[in-house]
Amino acid sequence: MIPAPFQYHKPASVAEAAELLKKHGSDAKILAGGHSLIPLMKLRLAQPEVIIDIGSIESMSYVQERDGGTAVGGTTHYVDIANSSIVPTALSEAAAQVADVQVRNRGTIGGSLAHSDPAADLPAALIALKGQIITSSTGEHRTIESNEFFQDLFTTSLREDEIISEIFIPSESSGTGSAYVKFANKASHYAIVGVAASVTIAGGKCTEASIGVTGAGPAAYQASASVSDLIGSNLDNADVEKASSKAGEGVEFNDDVHASGEYRAHLVTVFTERAIKLASSRAG
Amino acid sequence: MGQTVTVPITLTVNGKQHSAEVEPRLLLAQFLRENLSMTGTHIGCDTTSCGACTVIIDGGSAKSCTILAVQANGSEITTVEGLADGDNLHPIQEGFWEKHGLQCGFCTPGMMMSSVALLNENPNPTEDEIRHGLAGNVCRCTGYHNIVLAVQYAADKMKS
Ligand SMILES: Cc1cc2nc3c(=O)[nH]c(=O)nc-3n(C[C@H](O)[C@H](O)[C@H](O)COP(=O)(O)OP(=O)(O)OC[C@H]3O[C@@H](n4cnc5c(N)ncnc54)[C@H](O)[C@@H]3O)c2cc1C
Ligand code: FES
Ligand code: FES
Repeated sequence: MIPAPFQYHKPASVAEAAELLKKHGSDAKILAGGHSLIPLMKLRLAQPEVIIDIGSIESMSYVQERDGGTAVGGTTHYVDIANSSIVPTALSEAAAQVADVQVRNRGTIGGSLAHSDPAADLPAALIALKGQIITSSTGEHRTIESNEFFQDLFTTSLREDEIISEIFIPSESSGTGSAYVKFANKASHYAIVGVAASVTIAGGKCTEASIGVTGAGPAAYQASASVSDLIGSNLDNADVEKASSKAGEGVEFNDDVHASGEYRAHLVTVFTERAIKLASSRAG
Repeated sequence: MGQTVTVPITLTVNGKQHSAEVEPRLLLAQFLRENLSMTGTHIGCDTTSCGACTVIIDGGSAKSCTILAVQANGSEITTVEGLADGDNLHPIQEGFWEKHGLQCGFCTPGMMMSSVALLNENPNPTEDEIRHGLAGNVCRCTGYHNIVLAVQYAADKMKS
């Protein structure tokens, strides 16, 4: 299948891309790795009139240590995040489990977050790590907390004129471990359910925790009830089981050909437990 | 929309430079097959799932059915046609031959390109690493077992 015709722009910088996006408004679509957008265009489910290709803006692809955390450029490929030794484990582990080698060589972190597929891996990791999404529009930057970014099915708080230029992940407190585990669709490897956890242990007790869940509902979310249960606990089996049983609280579960809502609810509990245990084993 | 505006591109394919004026919507797989008549790169699906279209772009394997030719402007590409050296088969081609790594052969070009990308990065892959390295390629015929043997054959051959 061949996409419908479109006008093609290849800006040399984020600023130039933002200008083009402002000029063309809702007729335009940003193209990064193209591994969500091009399949949609081939099936003609998307027919943008203007494509703004940011995929080869070199200054947008990096993983860097910064004051207080790690910065990842908006078009950094999964493969470079998976191989990075400086991003927290939950993020590199999530990137390493996206799809297959070919997709990981092309797909980008910004594209994954902006697309907000309910089965995407990176949103869960970003929520667990309390990452921030930094956007650029003409003459302006905005910082959005990951907790507020993923709003609904394929819906984020990104404005039409904004480009994700960077992702910032705050440094982990000492004694923190993180992990991402998923139950993958065997064909596409999309997450039927995926859970990222970050756990901080001090003096034998859990002092901080954060849990991102993907695949379960319309968009990735923070499992707040589980987190409240974990903090202050000793993280023994009973604590973890009880906290995990609350990870699907209030969620309207996806129910489709891959898994029923009831099955997803079960998976959320099981995979939250595994993520917490793996993160805890790396903490302290 | 209206009239079609073409874009100039220059790609290096199997060591040789090619320049063309293309429609932005032209997929790299089509460019290789139709503009360059290199039909070894196959198209097996509409959903970026099968990997039959896999080529190596600037060192990394990629599904050419989901890349616009204009996105690949300036890149170095290796296709299955670039593997053999004259009449001498590449070790991965020899491996598929020796180990019966194919039946109908439709998936084979993509399988070989993914295998070559894997071996370039990891010359000594374990069986598990080979299977994960080929997770983006689907074969409807052989059941994968002999494909893994073919990659192991190539790994051994490339070492010696
Ligand atoms: C076979 C297959 C299997 C897959 N399996 C998985 C999987 O297991 N897990 C998973 O998480 N994903 C999976 N994906 C999706 C893949 O990860 C995509 O690469 C990703 O969802 C989109 O990233 P991209 O860079 O390719 O974005 P594109 O396709 O280029 O863009 C996607 C959307 O985001 C917008 N956009 C892109 N970049 C930006 C930016 N910087 N700022 C603002 N908007 C932007 C675009 O306008 C578009 O609307 C799979 C895809 C395929 C084809
Ligand atoms: S043709 Fe099937 S993945 Fe490209
Ligand atoms: S040999 Fe027939 S599809 Fe693989």
